[in-house]
Amino acid sequence: MRAVASLRTPLYEQHLELGAKLVDFAGWEMPVQYEGIKEEHSAVRTHAGMFDVSHMGEVEVEGPGALAFLQRVLSSDVGEIELGGAQYSCLCNEEGGVLDDLFAYRLGGDRYLIVTNSANHGADLAWLGRWSRDYDVAVRDVADRYAMLAVQGPHARAILGHALGIALPARMRIATARIGARPALVCGTGYTGEDGVELLIDPDVAPAIWAELLDAGVVPCGLGARDTLRLEVCFHLHGNDLTPERNPIEAGLGWCCAEETGFVGSEVVARARREGTAEKLAPFRIEGAGIPRQGNPVLVSGEEVGTVTSGTFSPSLEVGIGMAYVRTELAEPGTEVEIDVRGKRRPARVASKPLYEPKG
Amino acid sequence: MTLADANYPDDLLYHDQHDWARLEGDDHAVFGITWYAQDSLGEVVFYDPPEVGGTVDKDATYAEVESVKAVSDVIAPLSGEIVEVNDALEDTPEKINEDPYGEGWLVKVKLTAPEETGALLDAGEYRKLLENS
Repeated sequence: MRAVASLRTPLYEQHLELGAKLVDFAGWEMPVQYEGIKEEHSAVRTHAGMFDVSHMGEVEVEGPGALAFLQRVLSSDVGEIELGGAQYSCLCNEEGGVLDDLFAYRLGGDRYLIVTNSANHGADLAWLGRWSRDYDVAVRDVADRYAMLAVQGPHARAILGHALGIALPARMRIATARIGARPALVCGTGYTGEDGVELLIDPDVAPAIWAELLDAGVVPCGLGARDTLRLEVCFHLHGNDLTPERNPIEAGLGWCCAEETGFVGSEVVARARREGTAEKLAPFRIEGAGIPRQGNPVLVSGEEVGTVTSGTFSPSLEVGIGMAYVRTELAEPGTEVEIDVRGKRRPARVASKPLYEPKG
Repeated sequence: MTLADANYPDDLLYHDQHDWARLEGDDHAVFGITWYAQDSLGEVVFYDPPEVGGTVDKDATYAEVESVKAVSDVIAPLSGEIVEVNDALEDTPEKINEDPYGEGWLVKVKLTAPEETGALLDAGEYRKLLENS
């Protein structure tokens, strides 16, 4: 068994100073909230917020065989990533199940950086290592080299550009910069649905950068707000909405799968796309009172037709929202269902993505 | 949201599961959750009150309060019959955070076993319990 919350990010002291509530997240002692989830959520939707996501893992893939290797292990067409580009992708097992979802960034001609979910980082590394043997490529764990700060919100770019004096990349692009006199990567990606960037910086300069952004009015935000923000825009959370038992097609991630590249699991994914799947992940909102939670049964006419994989209270919509795997014929927007929330049946309606449209 | 600092009024009785009771007359009491409970839970976004006329049993769950992230059972500090519920919380559940001993009260109960109060803590004992936890 893993020791509980034994790992700390370079910003641990800063979180304590700000009075954050800390929780164990995949063995990391992480801030779940500072002042409150609703305020932090609203700061990202209307202004700018920052998240310490240094618990996320980084893997560097380099060598003449890097592209061929990544085509084999990642679901997307990695050949389409231009220099300085980014791509969202799934790492699938032979059965097409999703081992992890991640971003791949192309740093050089045959040099890529992959950002993994912290809970999967070790397993991902082992998996990548195993598949890399047939390729002329080096797979390196570089998680210790980076602190990661997500700065998100409609004002994030303006504040960041001004505070750090750096040029910012377009969405889905990366730029190299010097931050705190150290090399850094600035990525035009995020997990909130708002504009913004993710900074991969030297852990030694992370506290100074954090302090500078705090002074510039960026609101510190915890994992609580990160979860409500991502669920409002229907971004998947691995472990909840994505698992090794579910393929990308049923998860609604067919758009990041290019089966013609022959990636591991592509045969299963191709069949799922061709023949359809018994279940599909569907976003829904509660009509009235009640907050759905992970594991709640989904009912139609009293019969169980699915299970909630993520559920929360939406601070933007002020109503319960969630995602659930349901029988495919019921995954159509508008379908009326009920969510069994600890014995109380709460009427809900399947919705289209996203549940909340960022104003950005 | 403006929150008061931690406080545990001397005129209340406390249950070790972080619930309070304010006695009214010989056989009525108002229940709620303590400052510590609301602080641990975070911003309350939903309170589903129980039915008037229902019974509550000491040490048993009678309601749930929910924050964005979590659901918390509310434990009855004493046994009785619910005679009033705080309906206003359906629209303003944040009162449970802002004023846990005032506007954030949850139910009013006619006690069926007033002698149970002997098992509850006074404010000093409850503060001590929190310090040692």
